[in-house]
Amino acid sequence: MTLGSFIVRNTFRNKRRSLLTMISISFSLLLLTLMICIWRSFYVDQVAPEASRRLITRDKVSLAFFLPAFYRDKIRSVPGVTAVAPMTWFQGRYIDDRPEHFFARLATDPDEYLKVASDKITPPDQVEAWQKDRAGALVDVTLADKYGWKLGDRVHIQGTIFPLNLDLTIRAIYHRDPPQNALYFHTKYLEEGVPWFKGQAGWYAAQVDSAEHVAEASREIDALFHNSPLPTKTESEKAFQLGFVASLGNVKAFILGICGAVMFAIMLVSANTMAMSVRSRTREVAVLKTLGFTSRRVLSIFITEAVALAVAGGVLGILVAIPVIAVMTRSFIGLGIPLDMRVSPPAAMLSLMIAVILGIVSGYIPAQRASHMNIVEALRHIG
Amino acid sequence: MAIPISYNIRNLRLRKGLTIMTALGIALTVTTAIFLMALVTGLNKAFVSSGNPLNVLVLRKGSESELTGGFDASLFPTLKTLPGIAKDSNGEPIASGEWVVVIVLPRRDGTGEVNVTVRGMMPSGLEMRQLSGPGDHPGVKLASGRWFETGQREIVVSKSIRDRFAHSNIGDSMEFGKGAWKVVGIFDAGGSAYESEVWGDVNQMASDFDRLGAFSSAYLRATDPIAAEALRNRVSDDQRLKLEGFNETDYYAKQTRSGTPIEVIGYVVGFIMGIGSIFAAMNTMYAAVAYRGREIATLRVIGFSRPAILTSFVLESLLLATLGALVGILLMLPFNGWQTGTSNQVTFSEVVFALRITPAVAGYALVFALVMGFVGGLAPAWHAARQNILNALRS
Repeated sequence: MTLGSFIVRNTFRNKRRSLLTMISISFSLLLLTLMICIWRSFYVDQVAPEASRRLITRDKVSLAFFLPAFYRDKIRSVPGVTAVAPMTWFQGRYIDDRPEHFFARLATDPDEYLKVASDKITPPDQVEAWQKDRAGALVDVTLADKYGWKLGDRVHIQGTIFPLNLDLTIRAIYHRDPPQNALYFHTKYLEEGVPWFKGQAGWYAAQVDSAEHVAEASREIDALFHNSPLPTKTESEKAFQLGFVASLGNVKAFILGICGAVMFAIMLVSANTMAMSVRSRTREVAVLKTLGFTSRRVLSIFITEAVALAVAGGVLGILVAIPVIAVMTRSFIGLGIPLDMRVSPPAAMLSLMIAVILGIVSGYIPAQRASHMNIVEALRHIG
Repeated sequence: MAIPISYNIRNLRLRKGLTIMTALGIALTVTTAIFLMALVTGLNKAFVSSGNPLNVLVLRKGSESELTGGFDASLFPTLKTLPGIAKDSNGEPIASGEWVVVIVLPRRDGTGEVNVTVRGMMPSGLEMRQLSGPGDHPGVKLASGRWFETGQREIVVSKSIRDRFAHSNIGDSMEFGKGAWKVVGIFDAGGSAYESEVWGDVNQMASDFDRLGAFSSAYLRATDPIAAEALRNRVSDDQRLKLEGFNETDYYAKQTRSGTPIEVIGYVVGFIMGIGSIFAAMNTMYAAVAYRGREIATLRVIGFSRPAILTSFVLESLLLATLGALVGILLMLPFNGWQTGTSNQVTFSEVVFALRITPAVAGYALVFALVMGFVGGLAPAWHAARQNILNALRS
């Protein structure tokens, strides 16, 4: 019997205990992996190239203020900017106020919007149909699937911010990865129905020709309106979305806090199991030592066992995390923030590494006790 | 006959290390759950205790919030003369046309910028808010400095705004609209939604944001609760006005849905950690049962029945969980009253609130721990009760 198989057999000798420990650790690591993935998608991940070239220009003071229509042409004149689309948050109410019926409803200019949002794949004939119908709507395919909408279906949305009820016909359905529950309609429709809104937009989305021009273009746009009554704030689409995340509270501290609690919990569970395991094998340890195993050897055997358990739990947790994350990505978009979350190899590696480290730390004290056992006393031990 | 509970307590004390570690594990889960529950409770309290039942809020018909409720200022004189509005010392009706806007302020600790609600009001509006209402609705009090003067570029801020945002001490100037606004006073809104607001003169504000001639909302102070009800209906039913009246308390109570994201996260995190803890508790209890094989057999021989053994071990697990819950609650108590903010889903501005560990929160935490203890202890206890006496005695 090699040392390796000796350790493996010992690790899973008490099957029930090992299994319970593994499951317990796996749930903690599932949570840890979720947190790592959320963190990554918020603060680490780079967005797709075309999205990184998209800028959002909004009123400096608040999103609640509209920007005048002539800003659009001024933004267009900035070198590097290839397309500009007006965007207005309609909010409204579809069916009722329950959160599951919430999705983004935005007014825009169909002639230019898809040049800005080039990552939304739409069949050209549908785009044309949408552009021609002033009461037409463009919707995400997941949203269309959710409500069973087909091209030509009517959608009625009650106005809340705007005193106007929308009667829209679905003219185009787009695909985007990850999906983003949103409906787009003609800003002209809104302007006709709400006279005071005419000549305004909530914010402008602009496409820049290359990544190098992004920083410069956003500075130049803000400089254009610096001394006007309505100064602007231009930022990347990602930063714009992160603004909404930040408004939920101190998200970073929140995630770190949960991670800390989870890691501590794993350590307790793993240390507990190892302590039980060492106690029940007191006599065996003594036998090993009589056979000539050094204290260091014994120490490393027990630590390896702890690590093996933690890693087994970790692998299980990560495997469960994959489908859970997939479901979460779809539910998060309900909040209007599209998130590209998946268990990436680096995230999985990080979780596993944490499992290994926790295994070592939690196994150390019980293993230390085992390795320093007095042989004679231990042989006498009844247990 | 039941096995005395002191037997379980002694056993838990005997295996101190195991007991402490398992209880700590449960405590951690409980701590996380309490934290999330306390957040939601604090947030709900901020909304539920907000507003005064005697105040009637008037918005444009179809609108849900003051931010989107604009109507023409020419309607205000009509509103002011409606019957049932309380009169001030000069015999003038207590009614205030207001203008609400959301501005971006930098956080004091440098962690970014947040939307904050700024409210422009008439002198009557200020008076209305200082009046206490029936029941548990104390008015807003001035904590230091003085109230803003009509016609001046002056503002007063709440205590939590002062604590959380830069340039908000008395004497400081805040930059928004068309220039600087001087902070002249700090008010205490007792943890209500006003705690997240900045107040100033309505005309100054509206002119700064080029919105003269329009109001976001109007507030009318009714003489009594019945008058408030009548006033609300009167406003809503008047076809010429195209306005809608709300009870101010109802308006804020509806905003409690801002806590939904935290609540959802809380359920998910609590659920996952709870399951992890159940398995950990199960492990400990199985170990306890395994060590005491002979003891259990002896108990059976003495005459304790299987149900008595089952109950005893489940009880031991519940004791363990209770210990965990108590430790968890104690760990979280220092955080009671800790202030934080989240985004109000109705006004898109930050709402400041305090963590509240109420007896109800502690009670839920205990129940949560007991459920973990029960589920975790049931299988091992079943195992203990079903043991074969002879085999167990021989081992």
